Amino acid sequence: MDKTTVTFTWRGALEGAKRCLPIEISGFAIGLVFGVLAGQAGLSVVESFLMSALVFSGAAQFVVLGLWATPLPVAGIALTTLVVGLRHLLMGAALSPFFSKLSRLRAYGSVFFMADENWALTMSEFSKGKRDAAFLLGGGLAMFASWTTSTLVGRTVGGFLREPARWGLDFAFTAVFLALLVGMWRGRSDLLPWAVAALVAVAAHHLLPGQWYILLGGLTGSLAGAVRRGV
Amino acid sequence: MVFDLQALLAILLMALATYATRAGGLWLASRLTLSGRVEAWLDHIPGAILVSIVAPTVLASGPAEALAGLAVVLVALRTGSLPVAMVTGVCAVLVLRAVA
Repeated sequence: MDKTTVTFTWRGALEGAKRCLPIEISGFAIGLVFGVLAGQAGLSVVESFLMSALVFSGAAQFVVLGLWATPLPVAGIALTTLVVGLRHLLMGAALSPFFSKLSRLRAYGSVFFMADENWALTMSEFSKGKRDAAFLLGGGLAMFASWTTSTLVGRTVGGFLREPARWGLDFAFTAVFLALLVGMWRGRSDLLPWAVAALVAVAAHHLLPGQWYILLGGLTGSLAGAVRRGV
Repeated sequence: MVFDLQALLAILLMALATYATRAGGLWLASRLTLSGRVEAWLDHIPGAILVSIVAPTVLASGPAEALAGLAVVLVALRTGSLPVAMVTGVCAVLVLRAVA
């Protein structure tokens, strides 16, 4: 695979923002819900907005709302965020063959905006032979705008939206990821790593609290793929 | 109250922790020498992560989610369109949860 000619263009960024549109829309709905729940958990408007703008991670933000109490368990909140974010380590590693070709500012600036969804779309672009790394940033910035705006709207006027499951919205991202997986399937060589990932993730989801299942499934599945290629 | 200092501190630490994980993987992996096996490992991460995210929902939470997942896969195979697959998934799970 040729990873040498990686570009970083406006065109790529715009393409990323455009292709992430369905995610920006469903993300907006999820952000509304986050704003509502943040208000119920006792976060002020400014605090809710700052959290969405600085942390920009739906998974971490929803999880810490469950910990938000007086007195605030600051260390516990930081540690939980770290654990929920550990999957980013693997995602960043997967970007590195491409992003290590960029300037530091572009690479390390872009990853601030790396969420599961725009990362997945970017990897799917790369797997099709596209090489414009600004795709991640473009998608990320658009998602950032949608996420922060919807948090504000939800926090201030969104009292009517409480249960995302009632609208089937909890399934929107599952559907997006499934559709991306369909495009990523390369044939038999993926069978073992995907089966290992699925088994480990289901077991870990059942046995462990929180988000460990993503990290454990991703790690064991990808290692299974690497070991198999070695023999 | 606009914000309190404890909350602000918690949010800043969250931001730091999250960014550390976002930048850390890129930083660590760009220091690895790309042997065939390391490259094979990096290459399998996206599929393995996405499978792990969806597996508990699709395979282990009930017939509504499993069938909706199947519908999404079929539509994605057929159309290759992300928005269409997403709308199909949301509608399918709404209907199936109502009947199941």
